Formats: sequence, structure tokens, C-alpha cells
Amino acid sequence: MNLNKTPLNEFHKKLGAKMVPFAGFEMPVNYPLGTIKEHIHTRTDTGVFDVSHMGQIAIYPKDGETVNDIANHLETLLPIDLVDLDYGRQKYALFTTESGGIIDDIMITKKQDFIFLVVNAANKQEDFDYLQSTIGSRCEIVELADRSLLAIQGPKAATILSQLLPETYEMRFLDVMELESEFGNLWISRSGYTGEDGFEISLCSKKTAKFAERLLTFKDIEFIGLAARDTLRLEAGLCLHGNEIDKTTSVIEAGLWWSVSKTRRAGNIKQGGFPGYDSLNAQLRDGIDRMLVGLKPQGRMPIRGGNRIYNHETDGDEVGQVTSGGYGATIQGPIAMGYVKAEMVRKNPILYCEGRKSRIPLNIQLRTFVRNKFKY
Amino acid sequence: MKYTEDHEWVRKEGDLFTIGITVYAASELGDVVYVDLPEEGDQFSVGDDVAVIESVKAASEIISPLAGTIVEINEELMENPSLVNDDPIEKGWFYKMEADKPGEFENLMSEKEYQELIS
Repeated sequence: MNLNKTPLNEFHKKLGAKMVPFAGFEMPVNYPLGTIKEHIHTRTDTGVFDVSHMGQIAIYPKDGETVNDIANHLETLLPIDLVDLDYGRQKYALFTTESGGIIDDIMITKKQDFIFLVVNAANKQEDFDYLQSTIGSRCEIVELADRSLLAIQGPKAATILSQLLPETYEMRFLDVMELESEFGNLWISRSGYTGEDGFEISLCSKKTAKFAERLLTFKDIEFIGLAARDTLRLEAGLCLHGNEIDKTTSVIEAGLWWSVSKTRRAGNIKQGGFPGYDSLNAQLRDGIDRMLVGLKPQGRMPIRGGNRIYNHETDGDEVGQVTSGGYGATIQGPIAMGYVKAEMVRKNPILYCEGRKSRIPLNIQLRTFVRNKFKY
Repeated sequence: MKYTEDHEWVRKEGDLFTIGITVYAASELGDVVYVDLPEEGDQFSVGDDVAVIESVKAASEIISPLAGTIVEINEELMENPSLVNDDPIEKGWFYKMEADKPGEFENLMSEKEYQELIS
């Protein structure tokens, strides 16, 4: 298989990263520091992640339309109030299906001339085709293949970045800023997917290595691989499309109803008008059968995505399934998320996950194993 | 010391054989967070799953390179599984086995053969 490479491919190899195929790219899964130390370093200092494999899409108006017209078109696909989103702000949003499932979860920014989307690597093509087939005749949709994306995450991220780009220090969570710099044109958002304060920076691919080299000169910075990125987001209770969410999991089951703007909900001025509105309202009215919850295995053995969950130590019924499981380095033990029957969540008994020799007892808990440190 | 295609090493110490995973295997697995060891007295045939290694990425098994009986396990690994990464050849050993047929050891891969396998 011919793998794509990010502009930092050589850079990662020079740092001694172990490279693996991921979503069609050759990506660093860990560096010599190792996943556990990389994870902890991100929580205590700051980590930098090459997330250039993610999709960056620009949607431009055409035929005399404006960016707000594009926002209106996109509101037929996304249950958010994009027209009212301020320039300079970013929002988390879901492409929903008619049954209330999730095609992808994205970050969206309204810029002066276009709307900017960051989408999951594995869904890049599908999202692009979906946009093309729905609103493609009314706008120009461009994949920004010449831009890369770096995430700088951790308690020292703001202090470090402000030494290079002082304007970033005053940004708040989900603020967006465009800057010209020695590293070219930067689109910076105060966001990320680790539960830490931090930034994501979209920049020209040809400037990316220079920027990465500069970041590496800060002693508190380590580059962090995909494995730690996954354990960090899991510990922070954040969903991964393909694991926790997909077309078969509803927005409400996944606990992501908060991402639906209030104005798009029933009884409000811009109610509905997006795929899945009726299905999701029915679920709100009638209840849901399963819910995404945090799962804390007792003991030290990790459980994994796909493992089945039962309500009894040896027999009983299957009552759920693990979506992601691994080791939470901050809390120094196994952690997981999964779907569990709603009636079980209400009763909150000890559940049991399939294991090799015997079932592993689990406690249901909040998905956030560590509290987020966003700078609101 | 001999090796297996499953990236285990086997060290002969008198009549006993100590088994662990290679530096290459430890590096491929990533940080080990849990090991599930057999119990003393357990008996295994060649090819049986003897122990489980859970890393930050996935689970894998120690596949018995010899037939025999477990006589000692490295209990320190339960408390400190990172020994598998930090020192896979010495402190990161998994278990000691009394082999039914000690001659089977000679059929395992030599250092040179193993190096060829991973190169």
C-alpha cells in the first residue's frame, strides 16, 4: 500500500518515532519516550502532535453569495447556528444522518471569505463527497491539501506559543486567529482533543518542518504519537469517530446533544431543518435504549474496544459493548468507554466485561476520567 | 540463549528454562501496562498461550516454546509491568519452566537466525 506522508515524515523518523499506517498515512505512533511518558508529559508540560492527516476543507461562496449564505446551506447538514457564529470563533459540530446518527464530527470556523472545516482523517473523502452532493452546486468546496495541522497541548502550551506568537496568549477556548509569521500564514484555534488547554495550528505544508523544529527548541516540549493521543482523548472522555460514534450511534446515545445549538432544537426560532431532527426529537421524547458511559475496570487489566459487557459475573445477559479501552496514564489504571443499556445505567450495578479467563468487573462512571483544563 | 518466531527468548539454566520477550518485541508492543502470568505448577504444551501481555496498544500472548511445567513466575511484573520495556532480557523475564523434553530447546532459533528474522 502506498501511504501518504505528512510534511513532518522525515522529522518524525529523525526523532526516532515508530511509524505505522493510519487512515492512509504513515504516522508516528510513539517516539522513543514511549506512550505512557508522552501521555504524562502532555498533562504536566506540553506535547506537540502532527495531525496533518486530518482533512482541511474550505467552502467558498459563488454566484454572488456570501459566507453567511454558505453558513445557511451548511445549516441544512449541521445542527448548529452557524449563521450566528462570530468570526473568530470555532465550533464543534456533527454531520447527522436521517436517523440521528453521526457521519462525522468536525471543527468549523467562519472566516471572512470562506468557511473552514477540520474533519477526521478516515472520513475526509466521504465528507467531501457528502458536501459536494448536497450543497456542492451552490458553493465551491476545496480540500486544502497544501496545509498541515499541528496541535500544541498542555499546561505550558500558551506560555510557549506566546513566545513565538504573543497575540495568541489572550485567546480563549475556541477562539480563532489568523496571523502572518515567519512560519507563513497561520490559522490558530485555541482547541484540541486531549482535555488540556492548547492550540491547533493550520499552516502551509512547506513551513511545517521549520515550525516543528522551532517548537522542538523549547525544553518543555515533546512530540507525542498517535497512541498517546488516543489515551489522552479517552481519559478526557472525548469521542472518537469510528469507535464511540458512527452512523449507527445517535447524537443522544453518544451524549452529544449539547453540541446541537439551542436555536435548532424544538420550540426555538430555527428549529429543525437538519437530517435526523425528527428521529432525535422522538428519542428525546421516548427515551433511548443505550447510553455512552465511562467504564472503570476493577483491577489492572485493560479492556478493549469490541469487548462485550454483561450484567453477571458468569452468565446473565449481554447489556453493552466497549467502544474504546486502554490505559489511563494519569489515573494509572485501565479506562474505557462503551454503550450500556439505559436501564442498567439507571440501576448502576457492577457490570462485567468479557475477559480471557473470567469476566472483569466494571464500574459505570462519568466519561471524564480527568477534568478538562480548557481556558474558557 | 535461543529465540522463537513469536519473538520470545529462552535461556537454559541447568534443567530450567527462563522465558521472556525480545527487545524487538518489547519495542514493537509499546509500553506494557499489564501482564497476566500463569501459576506455578501449570502445565503447557508447545504452542499454548501461557501469558498475556497488555500494552498501551493491544494485547498479545506468550506462546509456549517448550512443553513443561511452570516452576517460577516473575511476580515483580505484576506490580511493575514496565520492566518488560525497560529490561526485557534480565528483569523483564516472565516465567521459568521445567521442560518435559529439554532437547526441544535445541530446535529453537539461534541468535543469528533470529536477527535475520527481524532484519
